[in-house]
Amino acid sequence: MNIGILLKEGPYNHQAADTAFKFAEAAIAKGHKVDAIFLYNDGVINATRLGDPPQDDRNIAARWTELSLKHGVEVLACIAASKRRGINDEVMIEGGEITGLGTLTDIAIRNDRLLTFGD
Amino acid sequence: MSEEQDIKKIMHVMRRAPHGSIYTYEGLEMILIMAAYEQDLSVAFIGDGIYALKKDQDTAGIGIKGFSKTFMALDGYDVEKLYVDRQSLEERGLTEDDLVVDVEVMDASEIGRLMNEQDVVIHH
Repeated sequence: MNIGILLKEGPYNHQAADTAFKFAEAAIAKGHKVDAIFLYNDGVINATRLGDPPQDDRNIAARWTELSLKHGVEVLACIAASKRRGINDEVMIEGGEITGLGTLTDIAIRNDRLLTFGD
Repeated sequence: MSEEQDIKKIMHVMRRAPHGSIYTYEGLEMILIMAAYEQDLSVAFIGDGIYALKKDQDTAGIGIKGFSKTFMALDGYDVEKLYVDRQSLEERGLTEDDLVVDVEVMDASEIGRLMNEQDVVIHH
């Protein structure tokens, strides 16, 4: 099955980013294709590489880079939501990209499922 | 994309008051963009989500731009399927006449049935 993911919450404050990542990992392990993770609302904060979590904690930003580079999952941050929150190309994680809501529409159309993670 | 079977049924679900968090506003921004893609869009308002449609909102006191009138523009984007949960409306002492747009008021079970028919449901 082809799957798109919409993530609507920022990292750490809310579990959505953890659950979305765990879901993507599990789906890929089962042989599904995870097409893209689209970041919206505070979800765009997942795309900054300026975060520096403690060594003994998970690094959520690094997880998205891993999904992108290792599994070809597009990690996309909505431009309008990003501009509000100081996310731009300069702070973007490796493997991440700024894009528009039109891309989310394409993701919703071209995949078998769009799963939303958020509050 | 010209084939009819390529048109997806996409429902947006508004669940929160218009102010207090950004979900409803950014949800509306998403709807306006998606409306340009000629999909079968609908919007369901449930719980506090119906307050987004309430007439005579005045946001001057909170210093945040109001956007209730933007819902009136949805018609111009061919987003005409606006559903409101009857119980949510009644619980808040509101009627259809209190809303800025024409909506279909329906029972939760009917909205649930429509959700089941969708290819995509996005909650805000």
